[in-house]
Amino acid sequence: MYNDRVIKEFSNPQNAGELKDANAVGQVGNAACGDIMKIFMKINDDNVIEDVSFQTFGCAAAIATSSVATSMIKGKTVEEALKLTNAQVVEELGGLPAQKLHCSVLAEEAIKAAVHDYLTNYKAQNK
Amino acid sequence: MNTGAIQNKRVYLDHSATTPVDDAVLHEMLPYFTQKFGNANSVHAFGNESALAVDTSRRKIARILDVKPTEIYFTSGGTEGDNWALKGVAEAKKEKGKHIITSCIEHAAMMSSCKQLAAKGYEITYLPVNSRGLVSPADLEKAIRPDTILVSVMLANNEVGTVQPVRELCEIAHRNGVLFHTDAVQAMGSIPVSVKELGVDMLTFSAHKFYGPKGIGVLYIKSGIKPEKLIIGGHQERTMRGGTTNVPAVVGMAKALELAVNNLQKNYDYVKNLRDTFVERVEKSVPYVLYNGDRESRLPQNANFSFEFIEGESLLLNLDLNGIACSSGSACSSGSLEPSHVLLAMGLKHETAHGSIRFTFGKYNTMQDVEYTVEKIIETVNKLRAISPLFAEFKGEIKNV
Repeated sequence: MYNDRVIKEFSNPQNAGELKDANAVGQVGNAACGDIMKIFMKINDDNVIEDVSFQTFGCAAAIATSSVATSMIKGKTVEEALKLTNAQVVEELGGLPAQKLHCSVLAEEAIKAAVHDYLTNYKAQNK
Repeated sequence: MNTGAIQNKRVYLDHSATTPVDDAVLHEMLPYFTQKFGNANSVHAFGNESALAVDTSRRKIARILDVKPTEIYFTSGGTEGDNWALKGVAEAKKEKGKHIITSCIEHAAMMSSCKQLAAKGYEITYLPVNSRGLVSPADLEKAIRPDTILVSVMLANNEVGTVQPVRELCEIAHRNGVLFHTDAVQAMGSIPVSVKELGVDMLTFSAHKFYGPKGIGVLYIKSGIKPEKLIIGGHQERTMRGGTTNVPAVVGMAKALELAVNNLQKNYDYVKNLRDTFVERVEKSVPYVLYNGDRESRLPQNANFSFEFIEGESLLLNLDLNGIACSSGSACSSGSLEPSHVLLAMGLKHETAHGSIRFTFGKYNTMQDVEYTVEKIIETVNKLRAISPLFAEFKGEIKNV
């Protein structure tokens, strides 16, 4: 069902866990649907994502997507991260089964939610 | 050496999905692929040889089940049996009424057939189950109407292994003049199944669940009951079910049933001991785990757990990477977005149902398999909970209390 890259990312995910000094946190999905993705970011004054991590409740595709998406935005600027699309995440993974494509949407949304949190909560308060 | 045993750490715990063919079964089947290949309907000697094998197998199965050979109809398996029983009676009895009663935890074969009938104007009542997955006879009593034509409740559930009070349910149906069918696919070969004691009018089973070949099964139909034909063609199965008889499979099924029934108590005790040890170890060593189903009225091979805060498919795949085969009630493995209808009917929350895993043991499993699997479950559950936002949230709540 899954390709080797997906299995590799799933069985040994990058950036997993909570980021203690995060200044941006975004969570999307809900438990009833079987998918929750939470993304933590440490964004510096130059709007660069210095560090990023995730916690995910979900299937193998959700975990693999979290791993790849966080790796793809690490070291990037907030603007660049916002441009990341689910299609790019899927491409990086070498494809996902059709019924799993919604997992990649979740990653894109979680990143946007984290950036939104940064702009509305952290940045607004630390002007 | 049989295929179910450990080979490079391969542990098969999905016997409710299918079982390996027993060596003795395969041995009986082999001549019917090559030397004795005749069409059982042909008039020549080749045909007669096959017809004799089919007849002998039919008699053997009938004797084991204590029914008449003419009450045994060979099918392609459980799905066909369920389809035929339901749609066959629905069509044959439509003048009497269009109301059918089943349970809300039936196999997809039954559920999909019910949906199809509902679209054609039949009314289906789905009996609820309690939190352990048991249907209540009182609920059936209340559901029966003058236009009810069939009650169909499975003997044992495929996901949580709950064994239903079919004898009682059947009595209620008969008292009201209604036919009763049971899907015995999971039960046959695992627990004693007596058609006479249950009193059912129709019963479905499939050979590959008891170490027989795939693609063959039986629909038992009591004499005098005439469901409409589902598959028509030649004169096979007394014109009730067309299609060239799968002779090697029929021979294999008869042998497999004979072995299963002759060794039933031995295999029951062996498999139940593995299962019970497994359940005890998992409950002792993994926190926040729910054991789904009834502890007493249950198939010996079935263990079904919900591991809280994690999703079933990721647990299943991690175990698979360790060579352990099991199955999941999670939506993600089935392609739909809804988790198991069985677990939801039992009142589990969606997120808990998503984290459910079924382990089904078999006669070739060993205590080493149990130990290895428990070890890998602990490892995997810890790994997945460590990255679960639900678990982090839960731990936070505990800390703040």
